[in-house]
Amino acid sequence: MKYTGNIIKYGDNVDTDVIIPARYLNTSDHAELASHCMEDLDKTFVSRVQQGDIITAGWNFGCGSSREHAPIAIKASGISLVIAKSFARIFYRNAINIGLAIVECPEAADGISEGDKVEADLDSGMIRDLTTGKEYRTAPFPEFVQRIIENGGLMEAVAKGIIK
Amino acid sequence: MAMTMTQKILAAHAGLGSVKAGDLILAGLDLVLGNDITSPVAIREFAKFGKDSVFDKNKVTMVMDHFVPNKDIKAAEQCRMCRDFCDDKDITHFFDVGEMGIEHALLPEKGLVTAGDLVIGADSHTCTYGALGAFSTGVGSTDMACGMAIGKAWFKVPSAMKIVLTGRLGRYVSGKDVILHIIGKIGVDGALYKSMEFTGEGLSSLSMADRLCIANMAVEAGAKNGIFEVDDITLSYIREHGAAQPVIYSADPDAVYDEVINIDLSEIEPTVAFPHLPGNARTFSEIGDIKIDQVVIGSCTNGRLEDLRIAAEILKGRKIAKNVRTIIIPATQRIYLEAMEEGLLRIFIEAGAVVSTPTCGPCLGGYMGILAAGEKAVATTNRNFVGRMGHVDSEVYLASPATAAASAVTGRISDPREVIGV
Ligand code: SF4
Repeated sequence: MKYTGNIIKYGDNVDTDVIIPARYLNTSDHAELASHCMEDLDKTFVSRVQQGDIITAGWNFGCGSSREHAPIAIKASGISLVIAKSFARIFYRNAINIGLAIVECPEAADGISEGDKVEADLDSGMIRDLTTGKEYRTAPFPEFVQRIIENGGLMEAVAKGIIK
Repeated sequence: MAMTMTQKILAAHAGLGSVKAGDLILAGLDLVLGNDITSPVAIREFAKFGKDSVFDKNKVTMVMDHFVPNKDIKAAEQCRMCRDFCDDKDITHFFDVGEMGIEHALLPEKGLVTAGDLVIGADSHTCTYGALGAFSTGVGSTDMACGMAIGKAWFKVPSAMKIVLTGRLGRYVSGKDVILHIIGKIGVDGALYKSMEFTGEGLSSLSMADRLCIANMAVEAGAKNGIFEVDDITLSYIREHGAAQPVIYSADPDAVYDEVINIDLSEIEPTVAFPHLPGNARTFSEIGDIKIDQVVIGSCTNGRLEDLRIAAEILKGRKIAKNVRTIIIPATQRIYLEAMEEGLLRIFIEAGAVVSTPTCGPCLGGYMGILAAGEKAVATTNRNFVGRMGHVDSEVYLASPATAAASAVTGRISDPREVIGV
């Protein structure tokens, strides 16, 4: 899978409460969740995010609650990929299960700047900063996880009898 | 190969002789949990499965607790969706208004978890049941849907951090202070992806309420689960609450740990986590004079009877400081009733607090105690992220029930030992 987009950059410990505040958890409508994405951290996010954009962030991205509304809001807002130094574990599995591409790469998260254009190929584990020309390597996903993403999410894989 | 306690439970539930850290496994589940926020998303995902029934109607549970009694129309619609689903699928353990409690206080109380179980819940604090010697962990709604459909979940087998406890806690120091101290020491990602395994002779002095509180906050250190070695205290709790026959797993003596942390319980002081991370732990020599507007005593972390008793001990015969709104929330109906029978509710009301029906309410900034800009609250909850209890410019200080009650009396963040005069 290949992703190309411009970078929106955040710091460490971006928690699910700022990704999608609890006051909006009385809905699970994707578009409505997207309209409040990042609201308590970055009020400009919703107005400036473009289809295909890529988020880079520091350590422990997505820490906090298990709300799947968080990766859903990010995906529905048009973000194609999140590159972080590390992810909180429930966010990590939620993203995989709903088919939001994510990748851990501390070097890329440090080296890439806000606004850069980046291309990432998760099959080979290559991340290219097209603005600066710098390249970063990550480990490709394990096969089991790739199967989930290829099938469009965990329940799709279960429905097809691939996971049983 | 030697295994940790967590690894043994995972191996047994995956039907494997052994597992090692990093293995990806598919494991069978003893219980699948969801609440009024996460279940609707799972129910929608479950529809993709295209089958009429869940894998086992006795092994799926839904607890309406976050915005319940319904705070608004949307919350009511979400609960109705859960209610209809559970009706339709004939789910045995559906807990609604009148029977509900905060999920992680409720399930152990109802005897739905026993030692050796593998439990997933679409709620991050599902790690609470590690106190019972179970492997339990928070997942998302899609995992919940998959669990309801096939009774399995995928896991990456975690490595572990061993926490060896010695000594005994001092007066007015509790499990909350222990876990805030630990998170302060290792950081909010100090145990990322790992198990935290609690062991050592100090365990014998920790009540189940203390253990449930400590395991509850393992996720605030990034851990996949927190788990306690099973002892007589665990077994009598399991028996008293009518849970299934326990299966006791213990770590191999030569199990490999990433890290071993030694904690002398007698050295733990009342601890407060400052905004906006549970890892910003401070003790009273570093706290200073902080005026507060609200106190919340409750939540899945500290809404148990033992927590209410200690709060009542401090509030008895005292008055809450003017302009400090104090909200006390027994975590389950049974705790509510017992607190009533013990006369604790009278003490709270006479001191000037309000007592609420069980709900998550203010803990996640849902309703029932939302903060205005600039306001500060001391709460016995587990998260103090930006905007967690209300306005983004409000602040939450996490503390034990004793510290919260003492602070309600003085109107400032206060050491319970000073307020009581011990
Ligand atoms: S009390 Fe708070 S932390 Fe516990 S389940 Fe409810 S919202 Fe989550």
